[in-house]
Amino acid sequence: MAKSNIAIELTDVDKHFGAVHANDKVSLSVKTGTIHGIVGENGAGKSTLMSILYGFYQADSGQIKVFDKEFRATSSKQSIEAGIGMVHQHFMFVDNFTVLENVILGSEGGALISESLGKARIELTRLAKEYGLEVELDVAVEELSVGMQQRVEILKGLYKGAKVLILDEPTGVLTPQESDELFRIFEALKNQGVTIILITHKLREIMDITDHVSVMRAGKMVAHRETNKTNPEELAELMIGRKVLLNIEKSKANIGKPVLVAKNLEIDNEQGLKRVSNVSFEARSGEILGIAGVTGNGQGTLLKALAGILPISNGSIEIMGETINSKNPLNPQQLRNLGVAHVPEDRQRMGMISDFTASETALLGYHNDKNINHGVWLKRSSVKANCESIMEAFDVRPTNPDLKSSNFSGGNQQKLILAREFERDPEVLIIGQPTRGVDIGAIEFIRKRIIDMRDAGKAIILISVELEEIMSISDRIIVMCDGEITGTVDASDADEATLGMMMANALISQEKSNEAQL
Amino acid sequence: MTRDRRLSWINGLLLPLFNVLTAFLATAVVFILINVNPIEATKILIYGAFGYEEGIGYTLYYTTNFIFTGLAVAVAFHAGLFNIGGEGQAYIGGLGTALVALYIDPTLSAWLIIPLGIFGGLLFGAMWAIIPAYLQAYRGSHIVITTIMFNFLASALMVYLLVHVLREMGQMSPQSKDFPDSAWIPFVHEVFAGMGIKIAQSPLNLSIFIALIFSALVWFFLWHTRWGFAIRATGKSNDAAVYSGINPKKIIVVTMCISGALAGLVGINELMGVQHRLLLDFNYGYGFGGIAVALMGRNHPIGIIIAALLFGILYQGGMDLAFEMQNVSRHIIVVMQGLVILFCGGLEYLYRPILIRFLAPIET
Repeated sequence: MAKSNIAIELTDVDKHFGAVHANDKVSLSVKTGTIHGIVGENGAGKSTLMSILYGFYQADSGQIKVFDKEFRATSSKQSIEAGIGMVHQHFMFVDNFTVLENVILGSEGGALISESLGKARIELTRLAKEYGLEVELDVAVEELSVGMQQRVEILKGLYKGAKVLILDEPTGVLTPQESDELFRIFEALKNQGVTIILITHKLREIMDITDHVSVMRAGKMVAHRETNKTNPEELAELMIGRKVLLNIEKSKANIGKPVLVAKNLEIDNEQGLKRVSNVSFEARSGEILGIAGVTGNGQGTLLKALAGILPISNGSIEIMGETINSKNPLNPQQLRNLGVAHVPEDRQRMGMISDFTASETALLGYHNDKNINHGVWLKRSSVKANCESIMEAFDVRPTNPDLKSSNFSGGNQQKLILAREFERDPEVLIIGQPTRGVDIGAIEFIRKRIIDMRDAGKAIILISVELEEIMSISDRIIVMCDGEITGTVDASDADEATLGMMMANALISQEKSNEAQL
Repeated sequence: MTRDRRLSWINGLLLPLFNVLTAFLATAVVFILINVNPIEATKILIYGAFGYEEGIGYTLYYTTNFIFTGLAVAVAFHAGLFNIGGEGQAYIGGLGTALVALYIDPTLSAWLIIPLGIFGGLLFGAMWAIIPAYLQAYRGSHIVITTIMFNFLASALMVYLLVHVLREMGQMSPQSKDFPDSAWIPFVHEVFAGMGIKIAQSPLNLSIFIALIFSALVWFFLWHTRWGFAIRATGKSNDAAVYSGINPKKIIVVTMCISGALAGLVGINELMGVQHRLLLDFNYGYGFGGIAVALMGRNHPIGIIIAALLFGILYQGGMDLAFEMQNVSRHIIVVMQGLVILFCGGLEYLYRPILIRFLAPIET
């Protein structure tokens, strides 16, 4: 039988999780040796589909063929045998093992490990050469940069014989430069005949790198396109089923006086490690100040210190005429009283309590407010009424204050939190990851609301891992790398390349110092 | 009925009910193994607990103690703390009550002495909990370990005090002198007699109403005050609490004080209510029983009252059972208690998947 050039073929794959129809008769065919993008909003069913392919879940019905062979995996082991490898969004490593040890994890062979280690070393060196994936094999994984760790994940897949690689949001943790490097690797893999399935919600990546693209919406596969015959606007429309404003229109900022002045800040994180040093900036009323940077370069720590969660060890913050320093710390409650609202980065653990009802989540941080407390009595009816009114203001659905917070979708949870913080009419808004894990429709809504707050003369400090978000709504952008500010630019002058260079500042200086040592 | 409502019924009512029934079935197996007819035993147990006036009195008197310690465990639990120290807190709380009763001017009115005695119990119970709480909050010692150790410390301290300090002159046994009459909480049979109704004598006293009042207070405090909100928020998510401006360290200390104070009220029932003097081991078993009561009552005051009643029944009925049947020892109570803890605590969610499938299936 002549081999067709189809690597993966799904026909009418169906999967329910209880009431949720995660995959509704999904069909997809991926050509061998191509890069195939799958886009869709959160919850569109992309991850479920890939998990079925990787043997984590079993389809309720439908047919799967891998390299023309009938395939029904009940474990990831079978998928690996069939030649499918997966690089997860969160890497699966034993952090203090070396690269080599991590790669052979799960295929150790006999009782003694030295033999398989030796074999793996030879094989990995060959693979690395072939695909341009050089990685040092004897370094502990935790000492590698994120980009390098991702390479190890890819190597792991190839070592196990993967001919089809599935990558789930691979660029979420990378700088633009690292992403470009990753795409170069994709090209090399493709030239060697490896098939790549790229799951992402970043349309730019789809346009840049893929050959074909499939769009999912609400569990259904709604379109297949050749990449060079489509455009981002069409894809976005397919993803959410209507036209969206990808670039939000906003008027020119009407910038007022500084309301938050940070001077030479030095901040330790929860583990007592210094994560922010020598950071100074001003946030002015009527302006959105974006803080860009690769995750883990001190932005999160800075945000927590601004909100009063972490103490500052040096320097000072002046907010609304109060000076905060190591001798005069203010707690989050006192900051709220000053008019500082905080939307935390970690929605699930910090912004809400999943077991609490929506009305109780809407009370977090404001449970001492006079208008809901009558003496010792926390008046439930006021709490509920308050929750109902902010739910209406932010179109949180369902509008049910008694529903458990965890029963709302990610977008509605986020809207509830934003509503809680915005509706108290604060002067300074500290916002972390406003649209993480939120669907496109809600993203548009949330960004508009942030701009509305700016236009109402509030000072806004925004942190986001989405460079596109920072660029589209900020008026001024500061870039952080390794705990320091590596650049400040006006949003109108910013482009991804310059921001990327600033975000990667440490990588460059580190390489320089390494060279100097040699 | 919406699915959410059904789920809360399953969690709140059906699960504990099924768990308790399973514990009873397991107890029946134990009875069969020791050649006791379980039906016969159940009859005796229920008759012992409810069959005659005195039995009812005893049942409710035990229930009172379990309500106090059950509430204590539940309050701590809402802040995410596992207070194993109810035993010691009850013991030292009793000391506080006894000191008020022994050293206050006995000519004062009972209307003053009894509230002061309650206050003494609350204060001493809280003080005994504050040290483990401080160590947990600010020094990182685990509260389970420290509260257990404080049970032993309490025990040793009370032996010392009763032997060397508080023992009545010329008395051989380690106990204090009797409290003055004005520090006695009236027995229920006395109150009834005062109204001209004659019922059998039992240790049941008006403390049971104090227990019910405190149940209501705990309910109001946890769900209808900002402090209760802060405690529950801390118990559910430390990060969210910090974010809200709540200081979890303070919450740990305050919550443990409240928890210890509630346990400290056991002395009101036992000492001011029944014994009328301070003596050794009046607290025995109630602190640990409180853990089971709170588990079974799902940390809600109403559940705790019901669970405490069940434990009261087991205590009183179990004693009668041991008395009536030769193969059954007094320790059968501990076995039953253990099985209830096993099925209500350890295997809490055993029936949940089945119940959900039949009673609240996911609508498709």
